[in-house]
Amino acid sequence: MGEQGNKPSTNKRKIALALSIIPGFGQFYNKQWLKGLIFLVLTGSFFVAFSDLLQFGFWGLVTLGSDPAYDHSIVLLVEGILTVLITILGLGIYVLNLNDAFKVGKQRDLNEHPNSIRQQYQNLVGGGFPYLMMTPGFLLLIFVVIFPILFVILLAFTNYDLYHSPPANLVEWVGFQNFIEIFQIPIWRNTFFSVLAWTIIWTFGATTLQVALGIFLAVLMNQKGIVLQKTIRTIFILPWAVPAFVSILVFAGMFNETFGTINEDIMAIFGLGDIPWLTNPTYTKIALIMIQTWLGFPFIFAMVTGVLQSIPNELYEAAEVDGATIMQKFKGITLPLVLYATAPILITQYTFNFNNFNVIFLFNGGGPAVPDQNAGGTDILISWIYSLTMTSAQYGKAAAITMILSLIVITVALWQFRRTKSFQEEDMM
Amino acid sequence: MRPNKQRILQLTLSYVVIIAMVVIILYPILWIIGSSLNPGNSLSGSSIIPSDATLKHYRELFDLEKSNYLIWYWNTLKICLLTMAISVALVCMTAYSFSRFRFYGRKNGLMTFLILQMIPNFAALIAIYALANLTNLLDTHLALILVYTGGAIPMNTYLMKGYLDTIPKELDESARMDGAGNFRVFWQIVLPLAKPMIAVVSLFTFITPFTDFILARILLRTEEKFTLAVGLYELIADQFGNEFTLFAAGSVLIALPISILFLSLQKYFVSGLTAGGTKG
Repeated sequence: MGEQGNKPSTNKRKIALALSIIPGFGQFYNKQWLKGLIFLVLTGSFFVAFSDLLQFGFWGLVTLGSDPAYDHSIVLLVEGILTVLITILGLGIYVLNLNDAFKVGKQRDLNEHPNSIRQQYQNLVGGGFPYLMMTPGFLLLIFVVIFPILFVILLAFTNYDLYHSPPANLVEWVGFQNFIEIFQIPIWRNTFFSVLAWTIIWTFGATTLQVALGIFLAVLMNQKGIVLQKTIRTIFILPWAVPAFVSILVFAGMFNETFGTINEDIMAIFGLGDIPWLTNPTYTKIALIMIQTWLGFPFIFAMVTGVLQSIPNELYEAAEVDGATIMQKFKGITLPLVLYATAPILITQYTFNFNNFNVIFLFNGGGPAVPDQNAGGTDILISWIYSLTMTSAQYGKAAAITMILSLIVITVALWQFRRTKSFQEEDMM
Repeated sequence: MRPNKQRILQLTLSYVVIIAMVVIILYPILWIIGSSLNPGNSLSGSSIIPSDATLKHYRELFDLEKSNYLIWYWNTLKICLLTMAISVALVCMTAYSFSRFRFYGRKNGLMTFLILQMIPNFAALIAIYALANLTNLLDTHLALILVYTGGAIPMNTYLMKGYLDTIPKELDESARMDGAGNFRVFWQIVLPLAKPMIAVVSLFTFITPFTDFILARILLRTEEKFTLAVGLYELIADQFGNEFTLFAAGSVLIALPISILFLSLQKYFVSGLTAGGTKG
């Protein structure tokens, strides 16, 4: 005894661990027959049920097929991902088995009595409840969200396009070639950087304008002595209330060069009745930013109005006693408080516009076409991905660009969430 | 004297801005209503408010033989309501688990949700298209409902979890003392208290599919299956301008009910989005 007082004299935990390399045997050794049987049966049925899939799944994932007459590369890719997911599940159960055998073995080493079957059952039901509740949601999430994401990631490393598409042809792994080509082949490089540049200008231009207008109007409407305050506020919310796809299509009609009211009725007053809104990229861009401002400011307006109403009046009164001007009050009190309260939402507005497919596509289909690139003049990354997928069948490239886009979004979003308070709260995690 | 003069100037300027904004907001709305009443098929050479206004385009839309508009409306409502019902059920269940239990994998699960809610689900549109194609779910409403529901889970679970965290746990515990099981606590204690947030989540999960264009456009092929967003787009995309007045009538019939619904529930939207932004 002495120095070894704390160490158990037996080595049941190690034996149990070693035995459970074949799932179930460790539990048998620990005299937990039912549990061992469950593990054993589970493992057996796992191999019986999935042996074909496991065998062909990995083969298909690695080769993507060898004979175009029999093998459909995309089906093989999907089955491959499924195989990987199932394997991960299997490994999870296996680790659970090792872990359990070791833990019970350790309890026996320390001469503690392992839980009886009844206790185990109660543990399972009590501890299993949250898993049970989450299973439907998680399963759906795996199949319609996680599965597609894995698929896109893998697709980015294949040459899947019009000329390499099943059933006539096979798809092959090409490594980083898609990424390299996007940055090396002149037409792809030109397109990528001009689309990226416009995406950034668009995101910052449109979002900043809508935020500024929203805050400005909220402050304006918060003045004392404005009549019909409630009615005007409701009118200001209207662009948000109308579904965006309707408004955008209506705007597409208004800006139409042959019958649209903007040229026909409004610009005609100034003698400028023939502005090429839809055929000149610069004018289309201006129109898009104005439209998004119209669409987006009401939300900011509504939110900031809420914040303003919660700022105590004493702050302004105190400032007035000190002789502050309107601008000083706005800069010193209103703006900091509003920005502090709404900063996280403002950032989500930027990420929203970064991916604002609707306004770009519905207004002018990303067009007009411009020379020397394979995207329209007002295409942002997400609408370019759409047209690469749906019209020119450049799936591999589209997937690679999707990955670049997601990387940008996740970086910004993580940076934002690290700053929010709830991320640091201990209980959140 | 001076402050008063300054104040009048300030108010006048404010009214100028307000009137300008009201005009900018109302002009497109009035223009589209005017267009919908225009007797011709295209707008060429017409004035904003036609002198010979007619409701014939509305009648045409309601005529099932001439137009699929009512079918699109029905499709959209069906998809939105089902998405809403399934999402709310799943969101409540996952959020309750995350909020009330400390289990193995909870931290990683939350982290997964956090990252997933950042990527818009249409970013994987190639995959969604290819998968729907392989599983023969292309051109079905089921595919759309599944994709919408899956996409709604991460963000709305976060919203709901944030709200459930604010409901005191002592209530659960006292119910447990009285012998209530896990499910009963969920059903009879937590859910009734979470009604305000259930309303918010319902609204979001209803309105998101309603206004979505891209996923519906990718997944739906035949005209009888279209949702309103895709149908309305197709109405003018092929021959822009030739059926503009019909499109205008269709737009008004969507905008009107949705705007009224929205304005009457506006405070839920603001509170929900604010909570979503600050709580993460």
